[in-house]
Amino acid sequence: MTDVPLLQVEDLNLKFHLFEGVSHVLDGVEMQVRKGERVALVGESGCGKSVFVRTVLGLLNRRNVEVSGEIRYHGEDLFGLSDGQRRDLRGRKITMIFQDPVAALNPVFTIADQMTEVIRRGNPKCRSAEALDIARQALLQVSIDEPDRVLKSYPFQLSGGMNQRVIITMALINRPELVLADEPGTSLDVTVQEQTLRLMTRLTQDAGAAVLLIAHNLGVVREFAERVYVMYAGTIVEEGTVEEVFRDPLHPYTKALFAAVPRLTGGAMPRAIEGMVPDYTRAPEGCRFHPRCPHATERCKVPPPTLTMGPGRRVKCILHEGQAVEAVHG
Amino acid sequence: MNPAAIFRSRGWYKFSRNKLSVFGLVLVIGFVSVAFLAPFITPYPEHAGPFVDFDNATKPPSLAHWFGTDVIGRDILSRVVFGYRISLELAFIVLIIAVPTGVIPGLIAGYFGGWWETVIMRVTDVFLSVPPLVLALAIMGFLEPTLTNAMIAISAMWWPWYTRLLYNLTRQLKNEDYVTAAEVVGAPHWHVLLREILPNCVPSLLTKMTLDMSFVILLAAGLGFLGLGVQPPTPELGSMVAEGANYLPSLWWLPVFSGLAILIAVLGFNLLGDGLRDLLDVDI
Repeated sequence: MTDVPLLQVEDLNLKFHLFEGVSHVLDGVEMQVRKGERVALVGESGCGKSVFVRTVLGLLNRRNVEVSGEIRYHGEDLFGLSDGQRRDLRGRKITMIFQDPVAALNPVFTIADQMTEVIRRGNPKCRSAEALDIARQALLQVSIDEPDRVLKSYPFQLSGGMNQRVIITMALINRPELVLADEPGTSLDVTVQEQTLRLMTRLTQDAGAAVLLIAHNLGVVREFAERVYVMYAGTIVEEGTVEEVFRDPLHPYTKALFAAVPRLTGGAMPRAIEGMVPDYTRAPEGCRFHPRCPHATERCKVPPPTLTMGPGRRVKCILHEGQAVEAVHG
Repeated sequence: MNPAAIFRSRGWYKFSRNKLSVFGLVLVIGFVSVAFLAPFITPYPEHAGPFVDFDNATKPPSLAHWFGTDVIGRDILSRVVFGYRISLELAFIVLIIAVPTGVIPGLIAGYFGGWWETVIMRVTDVFLSVPPLVLALAIMGFLEPTLTNAMIAISAMWWPWYTRLLYNLTRQLKNEDYVTAAEVVGAPHWHVLLREILPNCVPSLLTKMTLDMSFVILLAAGLGFLGLGVQPPTPELGSMVAEGANYLPSLWWLPVFSGLAILIAVLGFNLLGDGLRDLLDVDI
């Protein structure tokens, strides 16, 4: 394995130019995903997770969007690629799994049409009969017992869980290196969501694919990921292995997230985080969390330093300045 | 699917709930097959052309001539049936020209936005701001009044409606997850437009085309009535009404049957279109 990470995001900024002013949605996002790694990006609704994923995929090229920073894939800057090269990269090496599996399939084509389409895009020499065979085998692997019935069906004739399995199979069928999963299964009930995650874990491990899982559910993160990034209002406030972050959360926001989770054991009721994700057109100066933070001081109104607490363990909060190995001031 | 299966399908069940649209379908099937078989079922097929028989001129409806005869002795029934042929042929060809001409810019404008959208949609606005009959009149005044030119004139003013329709549909559909999903897996633009978005527009397109058949027939008849459409002796329904209108009220059968024929064609397509709109659940 080389030292170059699969995906490296550096100082990624994204602004929407709106009537209300400039909405600074992603503010200096830094992230790394190594080969075969399972990484989670966690944060509450509206913190910019989905926008981040779409930026990485280059799907946000509207007129009012301004992006700066670097997204490197195998060390190659994605912003330097042409439209066609990016499309090529997306199809073969990076794929995405969506929140709502039914909406992610085209209602006017059968599963067979859509699966063979994807298979043949990955391998243009493949004949349709062969592609259909590959699809059938792949569906059998995700414990779909009657692949032929499923292949003949339209998406709306199948259950949500069934569609989800089809979507995951399709996403992994061309053996991508990186899968971006935007809260897969959140639109389904909890048991199906559970199955979905287990299936995804198994398939991505078999395929050796790296996964970046977008989630707002900490339980899902703990079960699935090896490393976790915590995002608040478009900035990464904390990163570390799942074990480190769950045992000893450092950033007040991460702590507040854990405190908000209902527990079966222990007497305390879950505590909600006061306030809301800020309005991005008038984001707070300095640390974006300080208006909601119980430990906020005057010093929080200047941009917080990124503190390295150990290998792969970073936090963006002045509270831990004393213990930091290295501090980078923003 | 064999014919019997159609009547057992869910689609037919939904469609048949509305008796009026079934009636529309019957009308359409009726006059389309009559028009198709015109040379075989009309009593005097030769009367559709330049035929003169002054002995039998201006005969009122009788067993020999169900709809009567015109001022130069031609059987009106035969001419009306052949008139359907012309009208349907014209409407059909106009849609074959106008639909792709309108659909493709509509897809492009809706999907790419930006300059594409500005240029394409403003051009269609220009076309749509002129009343259709006026524009068709202008074009026909400019060209020779023949069947082909009537088709060109009507197509030229019909495509912008399809651009509009497709533009709006595309703008909605391009934010669907399955479209994004196709983009994510690296599908080229043409694939996204033609294979992901366009098939989902087919229900709306089909409904609008059915409704437009009646509008185009009516417009062609209007042009014929004003003498700028298809010229005699071709049996065009609009010009037949115009010709006969001079002899009202005494020779009432001259304009009335061709007028009724237009009415039935328009009614049939409209009722069928309404039924399709409900069946396919689209907004037009």
